[in-house]
Amino acid sequence: MITNWEVIETNHMIEKENLDVRTITIGISLLDCIDSNLDKLNENIYNKITTVAKDLVKTGEEIEKNYCIPIVNKRISVTPIALVGGVACKSPEDFVTIAKTLDRAAKTVGVNFIGGYSALVSKGMTPAEENLIRSIPQALASTELVCSSVNVGSTKTGINMDAVRLIGEVIKETAELTKENDSLGCAKFVVFCNAPDDNPFMAGAFHGVTEADAIINVGVSGPGVVKTALEKVRGESFEVLCETIKKTAFKVTRVGQLVAKEASEKLGIPFGIIDLSLAPTPAVGDSVADILCEIGLEYAGAPGTTAALALLNDQVKKGGIMASSYVGGLSGAFIPVSEDQGMIDAVVAGALTLEKLEAMTCVCSVGLDMIAIPGDTKATTISGIIADEMAIGMINQKTTAVRVIPVVGKGVGEVVEFGGLLGYAPVMPVNQFSCDDFVNRKGRIPAPVHSFKN
Amino acid sequence: MEKKKVIITVLGKDTVGIIAKVCTYLSENGINILDISQTVVSEYFNMMMIVDLSKSEKEFADLSADLENVGKDLGVSVKCQREEIFEMMHRI
Repeated sequence: MITNWEVIETNHMIEKENLDVRTITIGISLLDCIDSNLDKLNENIYNKITTVAKDLVKTGEEIEKNYCIPIVNKRISVTPIALVGGVACKSPEDFVTIAKTLDRAAKTVGVNFIGGYSALVSKGMTPAEENLIRSIPQALASTELVCSSVNVGSTKTGINMDAVRLIGEVIKETAELTKENDSLGCAKFVVFCNAPDDNPFMAGAFHGVTEADAIINVGVSGPGVVKTALEKVRGESFEVLCETIKKTAFKVTRVGQLVAKEASEKLGIPFGIIDLSLAPTPAVGDSVADILCEIGLEYAGAPGTTAALALLNDQVKKGGIMASSYVGGLSGAFIPVSEDQGMIDAVVAGALTLEKLEAMTCVCSVGLDMIAIPGDTKATTISGIIADEMAIGMINQKTTAVRVIPVVGKGVGEVVEFGGLLGYAPVMPVNQFSCDDFVNRKGRIPAPVHSFKN
Repeated sequence: MEKKKVIITVLGKDTVGIIAKVCTYLSENGINILDISQTVVSEYFNMMMIVDLSKSEKEFADLSADLENVGKDLGVSVKCQREEIFEMMHRI
């Protein structure tokens, strides 16, 4: 029988430590919507999304009531649109009509983001994929809820540097087109190496072609819970520290597993994976950086940060992996700057730089995330930053990503407001030396030697 | 969805008749109490009840809304949660 103490502990985590389920994301395949007529294609897409996901929000709210656990986001991911629209779309403008359809469908079913305005070009780009990539600035400027991603590299294929170069320009253009809102469009676009097919988190969620027709993926969270648990073991050994993180991650992930199973039953859609990421929010006490401080750092970014993060990431996986049979997605600690109050504080204090963040991405789940950089940063410099991050992913056989926002009209030290879960961020300095001649080379970086495993 | 056990927690300033009011509501609706425990920590009343909803006509959502109102009258917070969340978190 459940004891009073256990009930109190769970409810304390929910009420005081921001324990929540970060997202229920339905992945929907749009491959059966393909049509050579653009209007028909748009109609098919709208109908499929609004049919499959029509009960998502209601079901999510019902589960919230049953367990008194907040489910912060209900979202949709779809098949990469470059594949879906390839036949019908002859120009970037054609692709933008699909973005608008996705936006409309998302608003109809009441989700807060829809992901999958994407292209997978890790080795090469088809004309359709290039058109989609070129349409991204316009698509993000003319929609609210659409998120976009491009996979430009993998351990198996190497890095498509032509795409990396193009994306540097795409990010600059997106920033320009959304400059009225602090270049917010860039916050909805992420570039990946080794992108997972089943990631439920935005902006990078898409429904991979290896997936079923529809699937439920759930992202859990809980930095606040881990931080509070660690407050009780200050000064203890690494063994005690690791044990505490593991136990907490287990409990957090179990809640995600419960919610995923229940959502899957209620919606009649199979359960895919739990993404056991530690995802922070700008709310005080919901910060990954605060966990690093609790482990023993003055600020995130201090010497020891990479080691502390590596330890944290590994223990979260070890605890979480036993809590669910199907773990996937990104699964690790997220280190976005603008979405984490502790990270923002570290940047403001001068403890955390872009270069340190890059080192941190070698040992955690994603990459350079939600980082505001000066608006006058060159496109080639952005491509250089992306190439570095992609190389880390490629060589370490892990997912890496870049979501940087060159904020038009703002310089180092100024503050950018994105609002809501996207938070706010101080503009960070970027290394000013040129990488033009590197980025302007044509072709791709070959796959690393350790990818030849066959 | 199969109706199962529900955990009711009552949290608030201690006053006379909290348990009585909640129990009266439960018995009127044919809901059996399986376990009760309570503590008072620095004047704050903390009660946990495990109840069986399987023989009651009440739907979970109604029970939850009704008890929230009972709580409001008493000036305490009453929360209903299906048992699975605690089973999942605290049992392997």
